[in-house]
Amino acid sequence: MLTSDFLQELDKLTAKYEKKQAALLPALHAIQEKQGLITPQAEADIAQYLGIPVVHVHEVVSFYHLFHQTQKGKCHFSVCQTTSCALRGAEDIIEYIGKILDLKPGETTADGKFSLSVVECLGACEMAPVMQHNKDYVGCLTKEKINELIKKTV
Amino acid sequence: MEKVITRNFGKANSHRLEVYLQNKGYEAARRAITQMTPVQVIDEIKKSNLRGLGGAGFPTGNKWGFIPKANPKPKYLVINGDEGEPGTFKDRYILEQDPHALLEGIIVTCYAIGSHKAYVYIRGEYVKSLQTLQGVVDEAYKQGFLGKGIMGTTFDIDVVVHPGAGAYICGEETALLESLEGKKGFPRLKPPFPAVAGLFGCPTVINNVETVTCVPPIILNGAEWFAKLGSGKNGGNRIFCVSGHVNKPGIYELPNGTTLREIIYEHAGGIPNGRKLKAVIPGGISAPVLTADEIDVKMDFDSLKAIGSMAGSGGIIVMDETTDMVWAAMIVARFFAQESCGQCTPCREGSGWVYRNIKKLYHGTARPHDLANLPGIVNNIGGNTICAFGDAVMMSVGSYVSKFRSEFEHKIKERVCQI
Ligand SMILES: Cc1cc2nc3c(=O)[nH]c(=O)nc-3n(C[C@H](O)[C@H](O)[C@H](O)COP(=O)(O)O)c2cc1C
Ligand code: FES
Repeated sequence: MLTSDFLQELDKLTAKYEKKQAALLPALHAIQEKQGLITPQAEADIAQYLGIPVVHVHEVVSFYHLFHQTQKGKCHFSVCQTTSCALRGAEDIIEYIGKILDLKPGETTADGKFSLSVVECLGACEMAPVMQHNKDYVGCLTKEKINELIKKTV
Repeated sequence: MEKVITRNFGKANSHRLEVYLQNKGYEAARRAITQMTPVQVIDEIKKSNLRGLGGAGFPTGNKWGFIPKANPKPKYLVINGDEGEPGTFKDRYILEQDPHALLEGIIVTCYAIGSHKAYVYIRGEYVKSLQTLQGVVDEAYKQGFLGKGIMGTTFDIDVVVHPGAGAYICGEETALLESLEGKKGFPRLKPPFPAVAGLFGCPTVINNVETVTCVPPIILNGAEWFAKLGSGKNGGNRIFCVSGHVNKPGIYELPNGTTLREIIYEHAGGIPNGRKLKAVIPGGISAPVLTADEIDVKMDFDSLKAIGSMAGSGGIIVMDETTDMVWAAMIVARFFAQESCGQCTPCREGSGWVYRNIKKLYHGTARPHDLANLPGIVNNIGGNTICAFGDAVMMSVGSYVSKFRSEFEHKIKERVCQI
C-alpha cells in the first residue's frame, strides 16, 4: 500500500504532466528509491494510482535496464563494456570483480552485499574504463580502486 | 579559438545563475522575446546553418519551421538528453557545467515555435545532471526566468525535467516521446512526423541538448557570425568527444570542418606509447569506421557523408594498431544486440545473429559460411525497420567487415589450420 506521504509525492509528480501516465517513469524511480526494487505489489499500486493496467506497468518495468525486480546488493557495480571502455581494459575489470566476489554478471552475493552488472555505454567514455558504483560514476578503473570500494562495504 | 558552447565551462560555480548572468546571460532570450518576431528568430537560425547535433544533422531552423501555426493544440519542445550513443558525453558537460545556457536556449526555441512547455529528457544514469538541472530550473522559477510572464514580458513557459530509465533506443526521437508518455520505448512509424503529431499527439519539436545550447549565441552575435565559424552548410562549432586510445581523452569544442587528424593528434594528444593509428569511429558507434588513411577528412556532416561515414553525435573513438578489428566489430555488434528494442523482427533477430556470428569468428569456432553470410544479414536489417537503429547496424557492422576483411578471413584460416 502506498503511504499518504508517498501519495502526496506522486500527486506533485503527476501535476507536472498533461497526462497522468507520463509520470510513470519518475514514479517508478521514486518507488525504487524507497524500496530498492519494484515488487509486483508496487506495480499494482502504481497502476491503480495512475489508472492504467498492471500489465502495462510491468511491461515498462521489464523494458528499462534501471528498474530492478530483485533486490540488488548494498554495493552494486555496473561496469560499462562498450567500445571506449573495452579498448581501455573493461574486460579485465569485469573479470576481476567476478573473480574476487565469485559473481557472474547479473548476480548478487548470498549475503546481499554485492551485485555485479555489465552495462552498455554510460556516457562517460573519457574516463574509461568506467562504472556506476550504486549511483556514482567511478572512472579510470583499476583493481586497486575496486579493492577499496569492496573494503569499504565489508 | 573562440569558445561558444563551452564558454563558461571551468569557471567556479559555472552552473549558478549569478555566474551565468555575468556573461550576457539571458540577454538573447530578452532580445528574442522583446525585439524579434518568432518568424525572425526562425529565419535567423535557418541562416546560421545550425544543424542537429544529436546525430542526424538536420537543419534546425527548417525543423522549427515545420510546426503548423494554425493548429490549435498546444505545442511542445522536447530536449533530447538521452545521450546513449557510445562515444558521446558532451551533453553531460553542458547539463552540469552550463545548464542555464540550455535553459536560455529552451526559452528562445519555445518562443520561436509558439510553445509554452518544454520537457528535458535526461538518461536515468545521469543522476548528477538531473539534480543539477532540477536545481537550476527551480532557481530560474524563483528568479522569474521561468513561469508566468518571464523577465517582465508577457511570455509564459514551463520546463519539466524528466528522467529516462536506461534504454539506448529512447534516444531515437519517437521512442523518446513514447517513453516520456510513460510507455516502453518503441519507435513510432512516421508519418505522422512529430512536428504534426508528437508528444500527447500535439505538434512537437525534438532537439538535442547541444543544438539548443547553440541558439542564444546566434541570437546575440548574428547568423552570419555563427555560419562563418563552421564550414559550408555546417554552421558553428561543435563539441567533439574523444575517447579510446588517445593520450588526452575528453571534450574539445572546435569548428565544424576541423580535420580528424588535427583532433586526434593536436587536441587529444595523439596515441599512447608511440603506437600507430589503426581505425577511428568518427561520430558515435553507429558511424561506419574509418581506416588510418582516411583521417584527413573534415569533421562535418557533409564531408563525412561524402566518404561513406557520418558525423553523428560527435563521438570519436580511436583504436591503435594493437586492436583486433574482429574483436572491435564483436563489441559493436554486441551493443546493438543488447539494445535492439525488439519491435521489428529484422532488427531483433538480425542483431543477435550478427553478434553470434562475429563472436564465433573471434573465438575461432566459425565456418566459412558464417563470414560469407554476414553482409547478407546486415543488409537485410538496414532499410527494413521502423527506425534508423537497423540502418546503424548495417552501416557500422558492415563497415568493419568490408574495411578489415582480411582480419575476418584470417580468423577462418587460423581455425582451418588448427584442425
Ligand atoms: C537509435 C537512435 C538513437 C539516438 N540517440 C540519440 C541520443 O541519445 N541523443 C540525441 O540527441 N539524439 C539521438 N538520436 C537522434 C534523434 O532521433 C533526433 O534526431 C535528435 O534528437 C534530434 O535533435 P537534433 O536535430 O537537435 O539533433 C538517436 C537516433 C537513433 C536512430
Ligand atoms: S563506452 Fe564506456 S562509458 Fe562510453
